[in-house]
Amino acid sequence: MSNKIFLRKGLNIPLKGSAASHIARSISPDIIAVKPSDFRGLNPKLLVKEGDAVKAGTPVMADKKRVDILICSPVSGTVKEVVRGEKRKLMEILIESDKKNEYQQFSVPNHRKDASAEEIKQVLLSSGLWAFIKQRPYGILADPDKEPKAIFISAFDSAPLAADLDFTMRNDFENMQVGIDVLSKLTPGGIHMSLHADNFAGSPMHRLERVKTHIFDGPHPAGNVGIQIHHISPINKGEIVWTIDLNSLAAIGKLFSKGIFDLKKVIAITGPRAKKPCYVETIPGMPVKDIAEFVELTPEKKSGELLPVRYISGNVLTGDNVGENGYLGVFHNQITLISEGSYKEMFGWALPLRAQKFSFSRSYFSWLMPSKKYSLDSNLNGGERAFVVTGVYEKVLPMDILPMYLLKAILAEDIDKMEQLGIYEVIEEDFALCEFVCPSKTEIQAIISQGINLMIKEMS
Amino acid sequence: MKVLRKFVDNIKPTFSKGGKLAFLHSTFDAFETFLFVPDHVNKKGVHVRDSIDLKRTMTVVIIALLPALLFGMYNTGYQFNLSTAGDMTFWGMFWYGFLKVLPLIIVSYVVGLGVEFAAAQIRGHEVNEGFLVTGMLIPLIMPVDVPLWILALSVIFAVVIGKEVFGGTGMNIWNPALISRAFVFFAYPSQISGDKIWISELSKGQGIADGFSGATPLANAAAGQFDSMPSFMDMFLGFIPGSIGETSTLAILIGAAILIFTGIASWKIMVSTFAGGLLTGLLLNAVAPGPDSYLAMPAINHIVMGGFAFGAVFMATDPVTGSQTEKGKWIYGFLIGMMAIIIRVFNPGYPEGMMLAILLLNTFAPFIDHFVVESNIKRRLRRAAVKN
Repeated sequence: MSNKIFLRKGLNIPLKGSAASHIARSISPDIIAVKPSDFRGLNPKLLVKEGDAVKAGTPVMADKKRVDILICSPVSGTVKEVVRGEKRKLMEILIESDKKNEYQQFSVPNHRKDASAEEIKQVLLSSGLWAFIKQRPYGILADPDKEPKAIFISAFDSAPLAADLDFTMRNDFENMQVGIDVLSKLTPGGIHMSLHADNFAGSPMHRLERVKTHIFDGPHPAGNVGIQIHHISPINKGEIVWTIDLNSLAAIGKLFSKGIFDLKKVIAITGPRAKKPCYVETIPGMPVKDIAEFVELTPEKKSGELLPVRYISGNVLTGDNVGENGYLGVFHNQITLISEGSYKEMFGWALPLRAQKFSFSRSYFSWLMPSKKYSLDSNLNGGERAFVVTGVYEKVLPMDILPMYLLKAILAEDIDKMEQLGIYEVIEEDFALCEFVCPSKTEIQAIISQGINLMIKEMS
Repeated sequence: MKVLRKFVDNIKPTFSKGGKLAFLHSTFDAFETFLFVPDHVNKKGVHVRDSIDLKRTMTVVIIALLPALLFGMYNTGYQFNLSTAGDMTFWGMFWYGFLKVLPLIIVSYVVGLGVEFAAAQIRGHEVNEGFLVTGMLIPLIMPVDVPLWILALSVIFAVVIGKEVFGGTGMNIWNPALISRAFVFFAYPSQISGDKIWISELSKGQGIADGFSGATPLANAAAGQFDSMPSFMDMFLGFIPGSIGETSTLAILIGAAILIFTGIASWKIMVSTFAGGLLTGLLLNAVAPGPDSYLAMPAINHIVMGGFAFGAVFMATDPVTGSQTEKGKWIYGFLIGMMAIIIRVFNPGYPEGMMLAILLLNTFAPFIDHFVVESNIKRRLRRAAVKN
C-alpha cells in the first residue's frame, strides 16, 4: 500500500550540467580524509596516531561521551596525518590507502531473522556504521539508548543536479533489503520509504519489501527526508525518529551479509563547470583532485575570461565549498563544479535581460524560457539587507511552518517560540531554497544552524 | 565601462578605512553598488543565489508607478487648462504638468536620500534601497500645489520619525510615505486643505473660468452634492482633481498588474482591500436612509474616487508595514478597505479615509499576525495531543 502526497510549493533550480547515466570510471584514491564535521553531534576523540596501520573498518575516532560510537577508516593503509585547526580542533584524519582493500572482519549474526535488537545494535556500533544513522530532531548522531518512533528513508534526491539514485543504487538491491530487515528490528514504527511520483514504478527501491512506501510528487525539496516526515508523521516534542540515506543502508546490508565495512559508492560529477557530467565509482573521503580530468578549464568563447572554479562536495544548496584540495564528504553523492562569481557587473540589477541569471520571481525574464538551463555562479547577486519582502519563503517551503517567524524566534533566542514554531521538524537543508530566493540575501541556513545548536545546548 | 570601473577603483582607497574621506564610506559604497553589482560571493550556505535583490525589487515598483506618474503629469495640465478655460494641446498639458511635478520629485528624492545617506553614514551601514520607492510615492500622494518647503519638511519627518528611529528600512511600523502625507495634513491644515489646492495655480484665483470649483469628487460626495460629481468613467480614467498620482484608477490597475505578475507585491492584500471596500459600500447601500444620503452612493464609485485604488495597490502592500503572514494579509487588506469607506462616509471632518485606514491597520498588522501565528502553534500542539 502506498499513498500519494502532492507538494505544490518548491523550486527546481534550472542548473546546467546534469550527469549522463554512465559510469566513466572507478577511482581508487591514494588518500582518504575522515572528517569529524561530517557527523553532526560527534565530539571526536582520536583513536589513532600518525603512522598507524589501519584496515577498512578500523576505528579512528570515537565520541568522547558515548565511547561506543565509532568512526572507522573506509580503506586499508596507514594514517598519514592528523590535521588540526584552531584551538587544536580535529579537522580531518588523512589515511594513505595501500589499495589492497583489506577489510576488518566483523562477526555478524548467522540468522539475521532471529537476531535481537541488542545484537544488531552491537554490530552496528562496533563496525562504525552506527554513526551513519541520523536522529531527528536536529539531524544528529543517533543515541543508542533511545528507541525511535520510526525510521524514514528518502529514495530520491530532488536537489539541483542530484545523483539519480535509481541509477546509482541499481546494483545494491540485495544489500538495501538486508539493511531494511536489520533496521526494522530497532523500531516499533517500521521503515517508511518515499519515492518520487515520476518514476516510482521503475525504481529498484519500489521492489523493496517490509517497508511502508509513500509517493511524493512535486519539485525540490520534496526529496528532503525532513519534508517527507512532516507529511507522513510529523515530529512532536519529545519524539525521536531516525533517518538514513540509501548508500548507508546498503553499507549496513554489506556488513550483515559479508561482515565488512564497505562504503564504496557511485557519485555524480555535475555542474556548469563539469566537462561531460557523468558518474564515477569511488570511496567517500576521496580528494576532489582525483576528478581533475572532469573540470572544464577552457575559457568562455565570448569573453575569453576564465573564472575560478568552486569545488562543492554535495549540491549547490547544501554542499560544502571544499576547494581544489578538499575531500568528498561522507554523505555526499555528488560533486558540483560552478564558477566563482567574483566579478562586478555594471548596472546588473537594472538590466532588463541577463542571459545567465535565473530568478524565481518574474522580475527578470527567465520565466519566458521555462526549459532553459543556466550556468549559475557563486555571485551573491546583490547586497545583504534587513528582512523586507514577505511571502517569498512560503512559496518554496512545503511545510506547515511559518518560516519568517521561526527565523525571528531563533534570532531572538526565544526557546519556547522556536519549539512552538517547529524547530524539531527542520534542519538546514529544508530552508536552503528559502535562502536561494531571499532578496535580502540573508544566510538562512546559518540561522537554522544557530537555532539547532542553541536547542541542543539548552536541552541537554 | 572599463574606464568607469578604473575610475571607481582609483578613488576607492580615499573612501576606505584610513583614507581621507573614510567617513563617507557608506555614500561611496551606495554609489559603487548602484553602478556595479558587487563581486561578493556566497561564503556559507547556498552556493548560488536568485538574481533578484532589493534594488531590482524596488525598480519593479517604480516601473509599476510610472503609468500613474505619467497620467498624473498629464492630468495636472488638463485640470489647469480646464480651470482657466484655456486651449492647450495634449503635449502642452503634459509639459505643463511635467514642469509642475518634476520639482516635487526632485525635492523628495534629494531631501529623502540626503537623510538616508546621513543615517547610513552615522550607523556605518550600507545605504538601503527603501527610499527609492518612498521618494516616488510621496510626490504622487501630494496635491500639486504643495509648497516645496512643506514637502521637504514632510519628507524629513517621514524618513527620520517614520523610519530611521525604528532602525531603518525593514524595521519601521508605519508606511513612511503615508507618514509624510499625514504630517502635511495635520501640521499645515490651512495651506493644504479645501477645494482650491488640487489644481495648479487655482488658489491664486487668477483667470479662473466661471463656475469652476476644483472640488474633488470626495469633497462633492461629503457635501452631498452628488449632482456635481463627475461621471464614473471620468473618475475611472482619472480626469478629476486630486493628488497627483491617485486620480486614474486605470493607470493604477496597470501598475497593479505589473506588481502582481512579477510577484513583487501581494495580490492577496490588493484583492482583499478592494473586496473590503466594495462589500462595505454595498452594506451601506443596503442600510441607506434615502437616495440622497452618502450611504446610497454606488459602492463601485468609492473604488474609483480619491486615493482608494492607489492606497490598495501601492501603500497597503508595503511588505514591511503590512501583515506578514499569508492568512493575515487577507484580514489586513479587508479591514483597510472597510475602514477607509467607514471613515469617508461617517466622518464629516475628513473626506478621504484611505490614509488613516492604512496607518491604522499598519498599527494592527502585528496583532493580526499574532493570531495567525498562534493558530499555527495550536495546530502543532493539537497534533501532538492526538498522537498520545
